[in-house]
Amino acid sequence: MLRIRVNGELREFADLDPSMPLLWLLRDHLELTGTRYSCGEGLCGTCTIHVDGQLIRSCTTPASYADGKSVTTIEGLSGKTADALRKAWHKFQVPQCGFCQAGQLMSAEHLLRTSDKILSSEEMDSAMAGNICRCGTYTRIRDAIATAAVELDS
Amino acid sequence: MSNPTPNNPTSTRRDFLRYTVAGGLSLAFAVSKTGLVARSLQPNHLFDEAGGNADWSPNVFVTLAADGTLTIIAHRSEMGTGIRTALPMVVADEMDADWDRVVIQQGDADARYGSQNTDGSRSIRNHLNAVRDAGATARHMLIAAAAKLWSLPASECRAEFHTIVHDASKRQIGFGEIAASAATMPVPSNDQLQLKTPQQWRYVGKGKPLYDLQDIIDGSAKFGLDIKLPGMKVAVIERCPVLGGVAKSWNESVVLAVVGVEKLVHLPAAKEPYSFQALGGIAIIARDTWSALQGRKALEVEWDPGKHRNFDSEIQRADLIQSAQHKGTVVRENGDVDTEFAKGGKRISATYDLPHLAHVPMETPCATARVTADSAEVWMPTQTPQSAQRSIAMALRLRPENVTVHVTLLGGGFGRKSKPDYGVEAALLAREVGAPVQVMWTRADDIQHDYFHADSALHFEATLNDDGMPSAWLQRSAFTPIGYTFNPKSKTGSGGEMGQGFSDIPFDIPNLRVENGPADPHLRIGWLRSVCNIFHAFGVSCFADELAHAAGQDPLDYLLALIGEPRHVDLDAMGVQYSNYGGSIVEHPIDTGRLRAVLMRAADNAGLRQGPPSTKELRRGVGIAVHRSFLGYVANVVEVAVTDTGQLQIPRVHIAVDCGLAVHPDRVVAQMEGAAVFGISLAKFGRITAKNGRVEQSNFHDFPVARSIDAPQQIDVDIIPSTEPPTGVGEVGVPPLAPALLNAIFDATGKRIRSLPINQHDLSRDPLAD
Ligand code: FES
Ligand code: FES
Repeated sequence: MLRIRVNGELREFADLDPSMPLLWLLRDHLELTGTRYSCGEGLCGTCTIHVDGQLIRSCTTPASYADGKSVTTIEGLSGKTADALRKAWHKFQVPQCGFCQAGQLMSAEHLLRTSDKILSSEEMDSAMAGNICRCGTYTRIRDAIATAAVELDS
Repeated sequence: MSNPTPNNPTSTRRDFLRYTVAGGLSLAFAVSKTGLVARSLQPNHLFDEAGGNADWSPNVFVTLAADGTLTIIAHRSEMGTGIRTALPMVVADEMDADWDRVVIQQGDADARYGSQNTDGSRSIRNHLNAVRDAGATARHMLIAAAAKLWSLPASECRAEFHTIVHDASKRQIGFGEIAASAATMPVPSNDQLQLKTPQQWRYVGKGKPLYDLQDIIDGSAKFGLDIKLPGMKVAVIERCPVLGGVAKSWNESVVLAVVGVEKLVHLPAAKEPYSFQALGGIAIIARDTWSALQGRKALEVEWDPGKHRNFDSEIQRADLIQSAQHKGTVVRENGDVDTEFAKGGKRISATYDLPHLAHVPMETPCATARVTADSAEVWMPTQTPQSAQRSIAMALRLRPENVTVHVTLLGGGFGRKSKPDYGVEAALLAREVGAPVQVMWTRADDIQHDYFHADSALHFEATLNDDGMPSAWLQRSAFTPIGYTFNPKSKTGSGGEMGQGFSDIPFDIPNLRVENGPADPHLRIGWLRSVCNIFHAFGVSCFADELAHAAGQDPLDYLLALIGEPRHVDLDAMGVQYSNYGGSIVEHPIDTGRLRAVLMRAADNAGLRQGPPSTKELRRGVGIAVHRSFLGYVANVVEVAVTDTGQLQIPRVHIAVDCGLAVHPDRVVAQMEGAAVFGISLAKFGRITAKNGRVEQSNFHDFPVARSIDAPQQIDVDIIPSTEPPTGVGEVGVPPLAPALLNAIFDATGKRIRSLPINQHDLSRDPLAD
């Protein structure tokens, strides 16, 4: 029996293969489809979620890892950092196809929430390097994160 | 109800039929090449809700409800260009509607919409006028209805922001209130229709925020795999690693023992021409995705790999180079190149080669199907809903009208999702299994079984005059043609492929010959964002730079001299078969004036024309390229810095684009930014190889694409203001990036890379050279 808090709600899974990656647990069993599959091997960041506030690639992380922990997906991402980021995403009209964007926001939110200083663009780029955007929205992502960071700082 | 001729290309009739329902005006139109053709007129589902008396029909493009809600159908696929916002925005603008009251619905596959092929950078350029007419027609009818109500001449009334107003009497009435009456008004004829002037545009040329943005950032947007049907099974398919190979035996019982696996289905191997057939293989049907993937891991198949078993991409590379270096088929000749070459003079030659590429949209191919004895319903992220519909119908032996194709959002397309093989797989499996089936492709499936971008070699020779300019220029390309996918005998480039940046070379050179050499494909070949322009622009723009250096001249001045005076290049007069991307050559000539203008604009923005950069440090460089494709013009100035250890950095890319009228400027900018990153991906990393017929790459570790750290620090996009008809945008930005980047690397390091990608070369500083 796995007990996982997902976006604030306690969920129990009785006969679920505990080695099933969190990605498929979320998508197939909870119909939380905002977390997306792209590489399945931890290489692209599209499936990024938070487990107890930490950045996790859900495609390679077994469900058992989250037992007794708290999972946040894009559907449940909230708070002042998330608000500032979403606002900046609107301002810069960041997405193109949108497929990678949930993962980008999960990574960006973690970055801003856990850093205590204003980041240089090199620091932002290396922190975000695990999230591929095939459409190439990188410069806007950078601008949006920088703008959200300034708003949060003031 | 009339039944107009579908897709009659000669029809110029634009007559809107009227259909009255309780509470609203429902206008139907479909887009054909020549304009609007009247279509069936049934109210759509909004009236189901509002009036409860009508059937849903997707063949209605614009519906105005009594509460003022304006529903506009997006019949093109959204894969990241913003087209789901841009075209409906044009309709709303011509109606002078309030964008906040617009609801966009995605249209299913339906031939009555006209072409839905969202590729070839066509959506705006081929559909702008049609959707403007549609919006204007609705506006006219609303005005007529208000005028009648007020017993005033229609000429004194006008539409303003979702209302019809009469200025003198200060009367006004909302769109919704007058909708039912508008539906009874006569449909204005072509010459009665008054389009807005550019000064009157509310949205066109300015843009609106992306319609889908909020859904994207809160996770609710629906892509292909997000479709969940009751009783749905998930399938993954093990396909033969060699194209066309046949499964001889497999360990079925072992796989069936895996928890959650319910069934194995053998899909017969596709035979040439592969076209959009399902490739075939062993499908594992399971209760959920994880079980299907576990079953796949347990699966062992013995294959008869078939005739492509010995394919080796390195040998093909050598063959392509050979082909490009020997006489081929002449597709264009100006003057007499051989005679000029025979005169001697300074002769320069170079050969370039580029590997196969995979599309790798972030969303892998996927589709969900539900099939009955006489119908099928398929949900898929597709660029070409109608070809999906036809391909599925053919595979299931159904009539196309009994196959419904719903289009989800696409997590990127780049041409991959113009090929509906994955929808065919889902439909075949759903029929076999007797339940809804969702097919998901893993990233390895996607990379190994793509419709690959052609590998190519290009050979150039030129003789230089005393002034350093070429008196004769020969260029030859050899590449695996897309035609092979549809005709196994195809070995040479088509006129369309050669017309992508090669037979249409805009340089002013008295003796010029363009040739194509044969190639022997062993993979499915398909179009990828900007297609043959990728290698053609690469060769032409790099060779131009090589000549500039050979002549000891500034690359910018040299390129401008090669382009020559502003003029229209008349390929017709040269006897060149040229399709001009399906566009009219009168409306969209090959205009060297526009080509020069974007080049000079990008150069100015980059500071190139103030003379050589004064801060020029060692291992910093700048490169330029300019290219016309899909009727649009783009110049790139790329700045690079190469570290001593060979790390490539791209501080800035300056892009100037002339796309005619920019309907949604911010999305034009976004496409240019994205194209630059796409170009960096292919130039730096893009390389698909094959041994023993098998593609060797399988995921982003061995087929990398650009990440944040590879992206330019800054991308400046400058749109040339223009009132010319709109050109393509989505692909136009890709071709010049790679050559400009490689020219910059040469400028910085003195290394001339002629074989892509860059990561196959060592850019570290040679200690002996300094
Ligand atoms: S899908 Fe998990 S990192 Fe790519
Ligand atoms: S927006 Fe398309 S992959 Fe990032």
